[in-house]
Amino acid sequence: MPVKILMPALSPTMTEGTLAKWMVAEGDEVGSGDVIAEIETDKATMEVEAVEEGRVGKLLVAEGTEGVKVNDTIALLLEDGEDESALEGAADSAPAPAAEKPAPAAAPDDKPATPAPGAKPAPAAAPVAKADGDRVFASPLARRMAEQAGLDLSGVKGSGPNGRIVKADVEAALAGGVAPAASAAPAPAASPAPKATASAEGFEPDFDFEPASGMRKVIAQRLTESKQTVPHFYLTVDCQIDNLLALRKDLNSRSDEYKLSVNDLIIKASGVALRKVPAANASWTGDGVKLYRSADISVAVAIEGGLITPVIRNAAGKGLETISNEMKELAAKARDGKLQPEEYQGGTFSISNLGMFGVKQFDAVINPPQGAILAVGAGEQRPVVNDGALGIATVMSVTLSVDHRAVDGAVGAEFLAAFKKLIEDPMTMLL
Amino acid sequence: MADTNFDVIIVGGGPGGYVAAIRAAQLGMKTALVEREHLGGICLNWGCIPTKALLRTSEIYHYATHGNAFGLKIEGVSVDLPAVVKRSRGIAKQLNSGVGHLLKKNKVTVFDGAGKLNGGSAGARKLKVEKDGKSVAELTGKHIILATGARARVLPGLEPDGKLVWTYKEAMVPEAMPKSLLVVGSGAIGMEFASFYSDLGADVTVVEVLDRVLPVEDEEISAFAHKQFEKQGIKIHTKAKVSELKRGKDNVTATIEADGKKTSLTVDRVILAVGIVGNVEDLGLEGTKVEVDRAHVVIDKWAQTKEPGVYAIGDLAGPPWLAHKASHEGVICIEKIAGVKDVHPLDTGNIPGCTYCRPQVASVGMTEAAAKKAGHKVKVGRFPFIGNGKAIALGEPEGMIKTVFDEKTGELLGAHMVGAEVTELIQGYGIARTLETTEAELMHTVFAHPTLSEMMHESVLDAYGRAIHF
Repeated sequence: MPVKILMPALSPTMTEGTLAKWMVAEGDEVGSGDVIAEIETDKATMEVEAVEEGRVGKLLVAEGTEGVKVNDTIALLLEDGEDESALEGAADSAPAPAAEKPAPAAAPDDKPATPAPGAKPAPAAAPVAKADGDRVFASPLARRMAEQAGLDLSGVKGSGPNGRIVKADVEAALAGGVAPAASAAPAPAASPAPKATASAEGFEPDFDFEPASGMRKVIAQRLTESKQTVPHFYLTVDCQIDNLLALRKDLNSRSDEYKLSVNDLIIKASGVALRKVPAANASWTGDGVKLYRSADISVAVAIEGGLITPVIRNAAGKGLETISNEMKELAAKARDGKLQPEEYQGGTFSISNLGMFGVKQFDAVINPPQGAILAVGAGEQRPVVNDGALGIATVMSVTLSVDHRAVDGAVGAEFLAAFKKLIEDPMTMLL
Repeated sequence: MADTNFDVIIVGGGPGGYVAAIRAAQLGMKTALVEREHLGGICLNWGCIPTKALLRTSEIYHYATHGNAFGLKIEGVSVDLPAVVKRSRGIAKQLNSGVGHLLKKNKVTVFDGAGKLNGGSAGARKLKVEKDGKSVAELTGKHIILATGARARVLPGLEPDGKLVWTYKEAMVPEAMPKSLLVVGSGAIGMEFASFYSDLGADVTVVEVLDRVLPVEDEEISAFAHKQFEKQGIKIHTKAKVSELKRGKDNVTATIEADGKKTSLTVDRVILAVGIVGNVEDLGLEGTKVEVDRAHVVIDKWAQTKEPGVYAIGDLAGPPWLAHKASHEGVICIEKIAGVKDVHPLDTGNIPGCTYCRPQVASVGMTEAAAKKAGHKVKVGRFPFIGNGKAIALGEPEGMIKTVFDEKTGELLGAHMVGAEVTELIQGYGIARTLETTEAELMHTVFAHPTLSEMMHESVLDAYGRAIHF
């Protein structure tokens, strides 16, 4: 049987990549350790080495192919004594793409601290690993039960000695609504929770009880942690957005390729403002402050059963059209429950916009470990005083919630000033 | 004047109390132990240990009188009963003073007397220590742990008198060998004494109210042991009860009721082994929130009673009535008080039970019937001693090891053994259960040859149709 060369996973969260370049041709002899191909992900380019020796029988994936799934067969290697006839049918039995592991929503690093909304099956028989590469400690029985239920242990908290996951934890996770997924399709959507009508005790009125979904638990846990442990402070400014609305209208009239929303412009402005005030693009780690080099904006999207925060990477460096189209795609994926972990993890700053509901102003809860979140209210006509004269302008109030451990008041104010300037004079975003 | 303020005061120096005291001292707590009689409690002085000493004698006697099975001619073997008892008492004494040294080494202050709660409030509980009705000390403790153990249960009409009708205590120090003996109750205590006296030549009858001997064990194990006991000459009446004891001058006539019929049996002595009751009296529980249910103190999973700062462990706090349960409970209780990380409540499903009769019986986890009742679909493995080389070489071909697995998950739900040395084997399965191994890890484990433990492997293999030697 020819040896299958599989698409490698270059990082624990990688699900697919681009086969950038073949370094060998069909018929070449390769030895163990020879570089045979280059693989590209959004993060890096890596070389793939042969792990066995033989002759390259067939390259199944053309150079430059994007979206090659991890564990797809990309080439066949003939072993000693095998000829091309051995290739027939060999590729067909290629293993199905391995399921990707879930990870919790909106964690700007890759460490899943909490159960993911909706669990996916772990690759069978693979050593269970957390997304950051740490081994998951679990009893053999817990592993067996999780495997049978399609539960990923990397999101389960262990109550055994030194945090080891034991039977009781798996039972609790399964009972707690971390729904096993039947297929490999990623499903960060909440599992439909059965409603129960309960008779109230004492003087409590009757109610319907919805058991918490996995996502609900993540939201509860993370936001409780945030409000209880992060010293929030709040800064509010009013932005006149008539210029911004005019620019949007102008840009949208030029092409049907895109349709910019006010939110797209706010994402861009936030990214640019963070680039101007990098001290606000920060996260407290417990023993220091991480200052992120890229402004990756998490945008809260309401979905059935909760919310999720897909990330626009490097918002400052992207054009409005790109941001707008990416955002549409991410929001659609979010609503369909198809976001990949790397699409909702790892943002450095969040935006929550409730303007479309007519909310004038609100204070958002910081999405840890990020250092700040911008709460965006509705643009509405208000009386304003410009240069000593009363007039009418479209005004949008925004409130920045800031983690005081990472970002001080003056820095937060500086960021908001830069943001306001960009919003009120949006052409400067081009600079 | 000795110091009377302590972080923790433990009342009762048995295997629950003294272990808790040492653990508390290890964790840096100022610890006092109050003991009214002797350190080591029943276990060490009148229970586990001295009976094991007696059973060792009866075991050797059995081998000596069956020397021809091993190619030995042993003649003139006889029992020197006072020497047998003296050896047993000597061992108890040795361990008793050993506990004293351990407590001293760990700087636990020991008070000689009976402890009684005497007011105070959470964080500063008062305890009075009395000796011979006189108060000898007034102690204050942040935490008080009650570990006063239990005593033999007495049935109306069958009250022990210490001369003709014994409890475990008199049965352990016989002055003369009874020619015939009636044992009431076929639990661990009853069957151990039945074995001891039967092996030393007494004519032993056992009466059990339930439908089988060793009723807490797996049914197959009970049935297997039952046959072995009968083969040795022990007469067993199940679903029977002793309704009356007529005490003569040097014998007792018992009325045994079974199937609605009454028969009478005259024996030299009677041993009562019908369970135990907690020593809940004279602890000053009146006026506290401590709840007592059927002679046992009610506790939560951390051994906390309903009264803040007052705890109960061991036999006093309910079944299983085992020394190792008391010790472990004591350690958990202390570690919880000390705020040690990773303390886990006691999982009674992982407490092994051992009976040192001949053949020995040992088990951990659920019986097959209990597993099925709990809704498990089970896979059951069995392996007989006759299939094991070491067992045959030892001349112990009678016995079996039974394992019960959950069919779906491969969880080892229970393990049940009967035969030579199984009390030493059971711990392997105990570790397996605590580590939550499945059948796969047990199958992967290499068992040394030739050992009895190989049967543990084979039993697991058998559950999956893979036994090699049978």
